[in-house]
Formats: sequence, structure tokens, C-alpha cells
Amino acid sequence: MKHNDRIILDSTQFDLTIKRLAHQLIENHNDFSNTIIIGLQPRGTYLADRIKAELKLIDKTYDIPLGTLDVTFYRDDYRRQNNPLVPSKTEMEFDIEDKNVILVDDVLFTGRTIRSGLDAMLAFGRPKMVELLVLINRRYERHLPIQADYIGKNIHTIVSERAKVSWSATDGEDKVILYTPDDE
Amino acid sequence: MMNKLSVNHLLGIKYLTKADINLIFETADHFKEVINRPIKKVPSLRDITIANLFFENSTRTKLSFEIAEKRLSADILNFSSSSSSVTKGETLIDTVNNILSMKVDMVVMRHPNPGAADFLSKHVDAKIINAGDGAHEHPTQALLDSFSIREKYDDLKGKNVVIVGDIIHSRVALSNIFCLKKLGANVRVCGPLTLIPKHIASLGVEVMTNLKDALNWCDVAMMLRIQLERQNMKFFPSLREYSMQYGLDKQLLDSLDKEITVMHPGPINRGVEITSDVADSKQSIILEQVQNGVAIRMAVLYLLAGKIE
Repeated sequence: MKHNDRIILDSTQFDLTIKRLAHQLIENHNDFSNTIIIGLQPRGTYLADRIKAELKLIDKTYDIPLGTLDVTFYRDDYRRQNNPLVPSKTEMEFDIEDKNVILVDDVLFTGRTIRSGLDAMLAFGRPKMVELLVLINRRYERHLPIQADYIGKNIHTIVSERAKVSWSATDGEDKVILYTPDDE
Repeated sequence: MMNKLSVNHLLGIKYLTKADINLIFETADHFKEVINRPIKKVPSLRDITIANLFFENSTRTKLSFEIAEKRLSADILNFSSSSSSVTKGETLIDTVNNILSMKVDMVVMRHPNPGAADFLSKHVDAKIINAGDGAHEHPTQALLDSFSIREKYDDLKGKNVVIVGDIIHSRVALSNIFCLKKLGANVRVCGPLTLIPKHIASLGVEVMTNLKDALNWCDVAMMLRIQLERQNMKFFPSLREYSMQYGLDKQLLDSLDKEITVMHPGPINRGVEITSDVADSKQSIILEQVQNGVAIRMAVLYLLAGKIE
């Protein structure tokens, strides 16, 4: 970590944030009988896993179907980047017709990934309602009219900064760091 | 992971690296999931126009490319030479440039002359995909064949594959030999010597003339069609004699030491190279090949479209 990088959420705050998001979901979804969680590939799936696990810790009867969705083929920047994006796996073992869908991603920035995700999701049916849950909401940088319904933390950033979410499952520690560009 | 092809056109397997082939396979894995969704279409190529130029008859390949293009949301132009100005004496470059001036980005071409796709790629400004050029190459067929073997056995390395029948007239055989060798499989060919090219050993391929021995050696047998339309002389006495020597029937299949996988690129001449009960048996993966063909062609189109400036 460089001197001007800062920790936005350390592991204690991170844990509290996940718990709060889970409780907010319970307030709105009651028994989750008609609810499905979809994590956007690649990094939204870790958050989706955690939210599902947290809900199950709170009440064993909350066993919510979980899918992972890759949006690569739906992106609007294909052929506008030098290096094409590598797709990740889509695993949607269920139909989302008439379900309440909670779409999950780690960071909400321009909104373009979420836009692609909404399109990709519709290949699996017409949901009754879709909500968006994100861990980090980077305000003021949106390119599209997309807002999250559940937000772990709002941050104010400049475009060149980068928010990185680390997960204990893959990176050894739960934390969120904001990387700032070098001065030179 | 590498995420770009090393080539700008798909002219033949011989121009691809092993990494290219694996990238196509990994991309095709994702498209195979896509084409099994309730809505089987993605918008990736919605700003791309593709011309399918078929200067030679085709059912499967043409339909497979067409459905792959539609699943990727591309716009499509279809052309077949029998109903075109080619019969009025127009040259290939003129025909294609006329089509390209309608703002076409990619061309899928089948042509009776070997090297036609390669020639085109040097003279016109579009991404070219070879859908079969004479007895030269048929790269997407070889890719879908290896993809189907990979699906069944995970890895092709060390697998024994025998290609049976009309090798000399077969672009499928040549592309498959290149593809299988690049992926580390052992390849042999089997058939009457009149149907086997003279210098095939230089490709690292052994020749066998006894079908039963060849089948006992292999894990996978690719049965090829006798291409009567390309044979202007007699290569064997009669179809009946050919099928007695080199046809695969259920009795022969059941007499082998192990359970092999049977493939066929289609169209099948039932009763000549394989009998109906073999084609429809559980050891045959002929219909999987057809399904995989769509996923492979989507992957090739998607990856080459990514190289359009």
C-alpha cells in the first residue's frame, strides 16, 4: 500500500456492513420465499455468497437460490477496448420468471456493468422486481441513470481513483481500499 | 490468460497456435451455455454485418454459421453461387468487393478451390472465415470435432484418433490432422491406399489399412463420407466392396476390445461408411458435434469480430 492509498472499510467495519445489508434485505423481503440472489461476475459473486451465508446465519430457513451471471457478451464497450474481456461462468440453475431478484455487485461506478447485467438477466425470464445491492457506491461518476437500493458505503472519488474490494476467501482479508493515482 | 487470437482471419488450422485453439474452446464453453438458455441470443455483434458466400453446396455448415451469427445478433447476407452473377463470368474479387461495398465486416466463404479464402484475405478488407476450400481445410469442422472430443475426454493429449475413409478428398481430414496434432493427440488414418495422400507421413500420421486393427488402437474413430462428387475416376471397385472393407457396423463395433467413440462430420451415407445402428448408438456423438458446431462458430465469429478496427 502506498502512503496516499486509504482503507475505506477495515475487516471489522466490513463485517458490520455485511450484517447491516443482510438485515435491510430481511426488512424488505420477509421470508424470501419468492427471492433470488444473482451475483455479477467476476467480483459481485463473492459479495452474493457472503450475503447468502449471512442471511442463513441469521435464520436457517433463509435458503435463497443463488446464481452467478456473466455480462461480457452484453457489454457496450466490446471492440472499443484493446484487450477484449475474458468471460466468466454463468450459472443460473433456475428460472427468474415472476421472482424478486436481488442483483449484487461489489462496486457501483459508471453503471454500465449493471446495465449489461439487467440485459443479461432477462435471458432467464421476466422477473417481478429487481433490486440492486452494492458494497461500494462511487457517487458522482455515473454514466447512466442507475442507483442502488442497498448500499454498503458511499464514497466520493475522482475518476482516476480505484476502489478495490478484497475478500477473506480469495485475498486473505476483508477490506476495501481506495487507490489514488501517483503524483508524477 | 490470453484473450486475443494471433490471427486476423480463420483460413485454416495450420495458421493457429495451440493457445488460439484453447481460447476458441474456452469461449465456446460460454457460448454453449448461452445457446441452452431460454433466450439463446446475445447482443455482442449487433453492429456487425456478415456475408455468407457459398460457392459450393452445404446444408449443415451454412445453417450452423447462420444460426451462430443470429445468436450473436449480427446482420446477415446470404449468397449462393448457383443463383448469382458468378455464372455470368464475374471474378471472385469483383463479386466479393461488390458485396463489401454494401458495408460488410466479415465474410464466411465456402469455395471449391483450395486457397480461395487465403487469396480473398489478401485482396479484400474484411475478416475472412474459411467454411471449406476444396480439399484443403475446413477449420471450424476440425475445431468442433476436437471440442467434442475434449468434452468427452477432458483433454486430447495422448488420445488415439483414427480418421477412416476418403482422406485424399477430405478437407475435414486435413484440418483435423492439424488440430489434433496441435492438441497432442495421436493420429492415424485408415482406408484403401488409393484414398490416402502419398505424403501423409510427413504430417506425422501413420497409415493403417485394416479397419479392425485401427479401431482396436483408437479411442475415437472419425468416419468420413466417400466424396463421390470429387471423384472423377474409380478409386475402389464398388461402394459395396468399400463398405465391406471399411464400413463400420454394430457387429464390428461390439467385437472391439474397448468402447470407442464414433464421430462423423456429416452428411452420413447410411450403410456405406457407417450403418444406421452405429450412427444412432450411444457410442456415437454425431449430434453433439452438430450442437457444438454452433458454439464453436459463435466463438470464432466473436473473437474475430473483436479484431475489427
